[in-house]
Amino acid sequence: MADVPSDAPEHCPGTNSDQAGQSSSCQGCPNQNICASGAAKAPDPAIEEIRQKMTSVKHKILVLSGKGGVGKSTFSAHLSHALASDDSKEIALLDVDICGPSIPRIMGLEGEQVHQSGSGWSPVYVEDNLAVMSIGFLLSSPDDAVIWRGPKKNGMIKQFLRDVDWGEVDYLIVDTPPGTSDEHLSIVQYLSGAGIDGAVIITTPQEVSLQDVRKEIRFCKKVKLPIIGVIENMSGFVCPKCKNTSQIFPPTTGGAQRMCEELNLPLLGRVPLDPRIGKSCDEGKSFLTEVPESPAAVAYQSIVQKIRDYCSSHSASDDPC
Amino acid sequence: MDRSEKGNLSAVKHVVLVLSGKGGVGKSTITTELALALTHAGKKVGILDVDLCGPSIPRMLRVGKPEVHQCDAGWVPVYADAQQKLALMSIGFLLEDSDEAVVWRGPKKTALIGQFVSDVAWGELDVLLVDTPPGTSDEHLAVVENLRKHKVDGAVLVTTPQAVSTGDVRREITFCKKTAVKILGIVENMSGYVCPHCSECSNIFSKGGGEELAKLTGSVFLGSVPLDPLLTARLDEGRDILQVFPESGTYTAISDIANTLLSSLEHTDTD
Repeated sequence: MADVPSDAPEHCPGTNSDQAGQSSSCQGCPNQNICASGAAKAPDPAIEEIRQKMTSVKHKILVLSGKGGVGKSTFSAHLSHALASDDSKEIALLDVDICGPSIPRIMGLEGEQVHQSGSGWSPVYVEDNLAVMSIGFLLSSPDDAVIWRGPKKNGMIKQFLRDVDWGEVDYLIVDTPPGTSDEHLSIVQYLSGAGIDGAVIITTPQEVSLQDVRKEIRFCKKVKLPIIGVIENMSGFVCPKCKNTSQIFPPTTGGAQRMCEELNLPLLGRVPLDPRIGKSCDEGKSFLTEVPESPAAVAYQSIVQKIRDYCSSHSASDDPC
Repeated sequence: MDRSEKGNLSAVKHVVLVLSGKGGVGKSTITTELALALTHAGKKVGILDVDLCGPSIPRMLRVGKPEVHQCDAGWVPVYADAQQKLALMSIGFLLEDSDEAVVWRGPKKTALIGQFVSDVAWGELDVLLVDTPPGTSDEHLAVVENLRKHKVDGAVLVTTPQAVSTGDVRREITFCKKTAVKILGIVENMSGYVCPHCSECSNIFSKGGGEELAKLTGSVFLGSVPLDPLLTARLDEGRDILQVFPESGTYTAISDIANTLLSSLEHTDTD
């Protein structure tokens, strides 16, 4: 399944399978002996290394959506900003969208570079207690495309987790690309030793988006990833002139609310569309401090509080202090 | 062995990729709308949906989940209309349960796309539109590699106006250059929204980003398409897009884009 190397012969049973090294398609494969010996079945040593590295990280939250462009990065960025408004907390934001990293722009960090130190890559700091890491910091120009296949992307994610010098962190927020593929499997796999608090799932109200998001929920169940809750983004639009609300992405099938009821998941909240959100993202500013009294900002704050509560109740059981 | 040389694409005149570095900007919507506009212009059109993790086209065209049949030449595409002028093939058709997640890593996706591209019995088509997932990764490389044996006329890039989106599309342009795919033009989607109550036009995702990007990169700007909640709602309800679409406000914008696209495709014919 997931453990077939990209250069494997056709019908490779996978390096972790019971048939590894023994099936007929293994004949002639240069790695047949390694597979047959069972050495390839051992878990990736990086998982243990990452577990040790992550002992200084209290909470790990993934931001997921099957659908693209629903606001994963916007939410990840603002969740980080909101959590970082408490000076006593250390926040880290990791962008694992290798092909389309938006976090550097949204955080106002375009053109920043990562520095190498003795203890690994140093993340880029937005504020004293808010560290950011993205592949965008490793590219030399905004035109640079990362045209990588799966295995190379996985290697990069492994490095982000193992080799970045995060220091003591209260919350690690991981922003992901759309879909259910290499990046998602990798991040879940590499963090399996360290443990993930849960995933926040973002959707927009219309069925075309919910359809993909249901797949993402199925994915979470398959990989046994707890779901903190669902957020409905772009939920209604208030006309700045006449103040009437209209549904740009109409919830014809009941929106996230109905989906959450059907799948028995908590709906963390609804965030309305506001042109000022997109604008502050383009300018790399925090929407929450730009227009703190707007309905969208209020919705954001309430969602962030729910996530805080989830994490503190979650850690109470295994962390007595 | 003539078939294995050019295969099932031998009677396909033009192949156009619909790309965007950014997700959720409307690649599938624009693909569907372009296909409809082209069929209205009297063309035979095919859509190949290679978004394995999130196929949306079957829902948009309201074809449901038909059985895919096989013939000697390969898989028979599904027709969205009675006149058989709009053919469609999607991974959505092959999934048992529509909520099922396709949790596949790259190599497996690459293999399926290879098959998709070569094993669908398209028959005669004027234009084949290939709808892709966001990014510049396995699926895109697989599509370009497998279609290269045949030919690709070029790519239409879709973006929304805001800088966060055009930034990703810039990367997609670099992808096209590196893989030698011609850029046929840029479409700006979700460009402005007219309030149904007071007719005030709000630029929810800013404005003009697509045109600016086209200027910056020396590409053709094909046009902008406004947000049309009425159309979204009708499509989501599963109303017949074949009937609803020509009556919608989006239609004029899209058919202009389709015409520009057609003439640039036919122009390359005469070269």
